Amino acid sequence: MAKKVALLQGNEACAHGALYAGCRFFGGYPITPSTEVAEVMAVELPKIGGTFIQMEDEIGAMASILGAALTGAKAFTATSGPGMSLKQELIGYACMAEIPCVIVNVMRGGPSTGMPTGPSQSDVMQARWGTHGDHPAIALAPSSCQEIFSETVRAFNLAETYRMPVQILLDEINGHMRERIEIPEPGDLEVLNRQLPTVAPEDYKPFDDTQGDVPPLAAFGSDYRYHVTGLNKAADGFPTSKPELVDAEKRRQLRKIEANQAHIEKNEEYRVEDAEVILVAYGTISRSARAAVDHLRNDGIKAGLFRPITLWPFPEKRMARLAEQARAIVVPEMNLGQLILEIERATRRVCPVEGIGRVDGELITPAEIVAKVKEVL
Amino acid sequence: MAFDYEQYLRPGKLPHIWCPGCGHGIVMKGLLRAIDRCGLQKNNTAIVSGTGCASRLPGYVDFNTLHTAHGRAAAFATGIKMAKPEMDVLVVGGDGDGIAIGGNHFIHACRRNIDMTYVLMNNYIYGMTGGQFSPCTPTGDRTSTTPYGNPDPIFDVAKLAIGAGATFVARTTAFHATQIDKLITAGLRHKGMAVIEVLDDCPTAFGRHNKFRSVVEMMKRLKDIAVPTQAASQMSPDQLRGKILTGILHQEEKPEYCEQYQQVIARAQAAAKF
Repeated sequence: MAKKVALLQGNEACAHGALYAGCRFFGGYPITPSTEVAEVMAVELPKIGGTFIQMEDEIGAMASILGAALTGAKAFTATSGPGMSLKQELIGYACMAEIPCVIVNVMRGGPSTGMPTGPSQSDVMQARWGTHGDHPAIALAPSSCQEIFSETVRAFNLAETYRMPVQILLDEINGHMRERIEIPEPGDLEVLNRQLPTVAPEDYKPFDDTQGDVPPLAAFGSDYRYHVTGLNKAADGFPTSKPELVDAEKRRQLRKIEANQAHIEKNEEYRVEDAEVILVAYGTISRSARAAVDHLRNDGIKAGLFRPITLWPFPEKRMARLAEQARAIVVPEMNLGQLILEIERATRRVCPVEGIGRVDGELITPAEIVAKVKEVL
Repeated sequence: MAFDYEQYLRPGKLPHIWCPGCGHGIVMKGLLRAIDRCGLQKNNTAIVSGTGCASRLPGYVDFNTLHTAHGRAAAFATGIKMAKPEMDVLVVGGDGDGIAIGGNHFIHACRRNIDMTYVLMNNYIYGMTGGQFSPCTPTGDRTSTTPYGNPDPIFDVAKLAIGAGATFVARTTAFHATQIDKLITAGLRHKGMAVIEVLDDCPTAFGRHNKFRSVVEMMKRLKDIAVPTQAASQMSPDQLRGKILTGILHQEEKPEYCEQYQQVIARAQAAAKF
């Protein structure tokens, strides 16, 4: 049977990926360059009985998806730079109360209003550390429109599996870029749902970790009643400030990511087997880097590309291994040095790590990367 | 027969955190009587709050309860109600939480006329942080951050709610204990956004800064300033100076938001058939 194909923008592919994953609630607020995600959800969700709501502000949008997620819905929002800054408060709430949800951040130049229609990759560190306090983070940075679709599905799967917010990082280029994509049939991609409690309602504790680091999450309006708070809490969900309980809760919330990194982590490698120069790039810029690898190979330089699709948790073990074979690592990113910090940490600088940063709203070209590599070697 | 509050209280969660003399417990009891009178089912009811003294209420009562970030209760509650319109959704909280940091969510919940009941305990002060002025602290009054008297004018919560589009707005005080459950009952039975403001007392943070020598004195003030709307219609502007109106201040029928969205779904599905 012929595959169903479509010519979709990255933002549209993201919205369709969310619907494929079973998203039935979108709470949003208009912001460039993410708005097409909301527009597709506004058209499609009511057709399938789902809910689209445009809230009064970015914080309200985030609050609405958390409320909806607690009723059992797969919930989603889309935003960009300044909106992401506003959402941080309740991303922290979602981490603390362990509420699954997906947030796509179509990155634009910043800080502040910056360049609303200019691309950027400057929210990499915000995706990890944007909200206050120690907390887990998962952030995915797909490159092509096809991958935006499939990684959005995976974002929902990870949110539901680990009971936490998951961020998708696009940028103004791949958010607005149109590509042919093959729309998967139902069943082609894995779709996962949160674990529901099996204990009797009177025995249910929403943060009981005796069966594992991700406690089952009951839905409001089912047979289970429980309390949710942003305070530190005991297994029963009620506030506590007992040092041993607070410590155990925070360590468990981090452990559910650390212990499952192999399942969460996803990378792509291109011509790295014998590479002496490793380019590390993600999202849109990985496309320039891939082209640069071919140019460099044609010029007799053994280059390869390591492309983390999961930025957080960062694939530090694989990065460290690749550094051992490299004479140099070059990191092009549309910011003035964010993921490079993590690469330096992971590789312990066993080889030189050089960045190429651009913050003028222009793409980093293959030629720029080629020139930098030749300068470094 | 005395009302059985314990059927709605979570075992082992009392004593509450509220200070002796605080009116929040009076409001909580009124809320539970109203819930009982309306026959709300525990599993089908969500009680949402933000942060502050009043926002600790949900932890004590046996429903689906959600204690959220400061000011965000109405927006979380909107998500619950829109995702599961068959649930009964209530919001409880204080004046700083609902009207200052949460003001935007509050007015837009009113504007949408979404079917929820918002009980706002207005004690004119940020109690949990130790007594700073809120948008409801009377002009001239003293708090820890208005040591020379408050220069700010107040928000009239009821007028704000009416202006924003809430279709049921009522007010009473923590002194008028029996009116609390009557007004919350009427709010719960109303289809649309119902706001019940309860003027409350905070002896610890407000009273001590403003020369109230006792809780009894604060309660007496609530009794004295309250004028039922029917009585007010017979009073002169001079007689009404310094008073606040109590009872149902506003009620009208307007399309409710979840029902409006059901029509959006119907239109989208009809359009998709062609």
